[in-house]
Amino acid sequence: MPDSLNDLASEISASLAGAALEHDISRGELTLCVDAGKIVSVMRTLRDDPRFEFKLLIDICGVDYPQREKRFDVVYHLLSITRNRRLRVKLQADEATAVASIVEVYPAANWFEREVFDLYGVSFSDHPDLRRILTDYGFSGHPLRKDFPLTGFVEVRYDDEVKRVVYAPVQLQQAFREFDFMSPWEGAQYILPGDEKATETKK
Amino acid sequence: MSALPEKTTADTSPTTTINFGPQHPAAHGVLRLVLDLDGEVVTRVDPHIGLLHRGTEKLMEYKTYLQATPYLDRLDYVCPMNQEHAFVLAVERLLGVEVPKRAQYIRVLFCEMGRILNHLLNVTTQALDVGALTPPLWGFEDREKLMVFYERASGARLHANYFRTGGVHQDVTPQLLEDIHEWCRQFPKTLDDIEGLLTENRIFKQRNVDIGKISRADAEMWGMTGVMLRSAGVHWDLRRNQPYECYNELEFRIPIGKNGDNYDRYLMRMDEMREATKLMIQCIEKMPSGPALAQDKKITPPRRSEMKTSMEALIHHFKLFTEGYHVPHGEAYAAVEAPKGEFGVYLVADGTNKPYRVKLRAPSYAHLQAMDYMCKGHMVADVSAVLGSLDIVFGEVDR
Repeated sequence: MPDSLNDLASEISASLAGAALEHDISRGELTLCVDAGKIVSVMRTLRDDPRFEFKLLIDICGVDYPQREKRFDVVYHLLSITRNRRLRVKLQADEATAVASIVEVYPAANWFEREVFDLYGVSFSDHPDLRRILTDYGFSGHPLRKDFPLTGFVEVRYDDEVKRVVYAPVQLQQAFREFDFMSPWEGAQYILPGDEKATETKK
Repeated sequence: MSALPEKTTADTSPTTTINFGPQHPAAHGVLRLVLDLDGEVVTRVDPHIGLLHRGTEKLMEYKTYLQATPYLDRLDYVCPMNQEHAFVLAVERLLGVEVPKRAQYIRVLFCEMGRILNHLLNVTTQALDVGALTPPLWGFEDREKLMVFYERASGARLHANYFRTGGVHQDVTPQLLEDIHEWCRQFPKTLDDIEGLLTENRIFKQRNVDIGKISRADAEMWGMTGVMLRSAGVHWDLRRNQPYECYNELEFRIPIGKNGDNYDRYLMRMDEMREATKLMIQCIEKMPSGPALAQDKKITPPRRSEMKTSMEALIHHFKLFTEGYHVPHGEAYAAVEAPKGEFGVYLVADGTNKPYRVKLRAPSYAHLQAMDYMCKGHMVADVSAVLGSLDIVFGEVDR
């Protein structure tokens, strides 16, 4: 049994034969970045290899970085009960290419992958039932993307005239306000009014 | 009337499809199940969730860390503080804040109280699902008393918002601790009463023994944690295996199941309540004196009396409640043994005063997707018994 996270990281990297791109240990947590194309075999190794035994899939989630070319991270959290270890596996994805589904390795991945698909629009190939899960029936868009507005696009209300619930574009009584609390002495990213000369004097 | 379609082969198959919920008293909230039945035998369960989806994770990305905490109460509203706990642990790990001992004991005290709150609701409503009306009436009486303790500590019965990064919002009074201690002494009597109604009850056993049975392999396959996993005989409890706060200074037993059925899970939950009561007593007796909130001025607000005299305290107060503290760039996953299983918070911070991404890992979410697997081959009446035993709360499934 690997003693420290460092040993575990090198053992995993060795047994994954090139699928592991890099690893990072911070705050006692091991993160492994893997090649998106090899995720199924990576997961199978991590689950079945007697040195690792990550039998439990704890979570799958997406993270959106719109400025990146491959804008999504898909993050898998694994747990090994017998070894008392946690592992975070990460891969990068974009809207166009599908990530291979790991439902055949971990049946629990089913709903978690559906959730990532629903909220981020990352699609999973060979998923048995890739439907939306958390959002409304007939919803369009992927709400957890950074470019999806917090207030959404449509709102529902009961219309007494047509005697049913109707969808209408969102109408805000007050414009959505997002406050910027960055203080000037901690370095605002923009030039504050009246502060235009601040950068000049530094020269 | 000649436009009726001709009978296809599908119509002659014995499968009936029925819709269960979303407004059904046994659905434990807003669950819609599409059930395929062959006679009275369930052949497929398709849970439709998301009817209570409020976009908690998205909302939290737009709030400072302090403002994000109240959302955690609204996930599993049956045991609110356990959720807050996971979130503050994640933030504390990123910030590197040391939590004072007294605060740790207060947190554990209220988390174990949450465990009792949850199990009281779950056990008694599970009994309600299979036809018993008295247990909920008895159990809810004590839930009410516990909520009064919540209120006396935090000011709110349900949505406590009590845990803060670095400790708890306010110290508890000695009188409150005394009253909780007094309650802990009489509570086992209530448990005896409820057990007297259910444990050897013929109907309750007929409805639960050997129903919803899972093996260790099943539990691992479906990512189950908490009572569900332990009912299959797995020795796994985060309080023991990956101790957080002061759990390794306290003594407690962890009930393990043998058969992995509904009845085992009922017995385990009853036992866990007894253990939680003992833990609460230990917390009160061992609670050290000292601050209940870390003394880091850049993260925790100053006391009001300080603000009257100290300019710096006033500035800190203003900055903390407008801008909030900045959490350094990084990511952390913190998990707690919530009453329902492992509740985890995966936090990605980008160095600003707001979380970049918060993923809330709810135990019920993983458990609910095993419904199809667990109900296949059972009778339709068992669906609600299995659902009751899974311990589902829609606040955290739908988020």
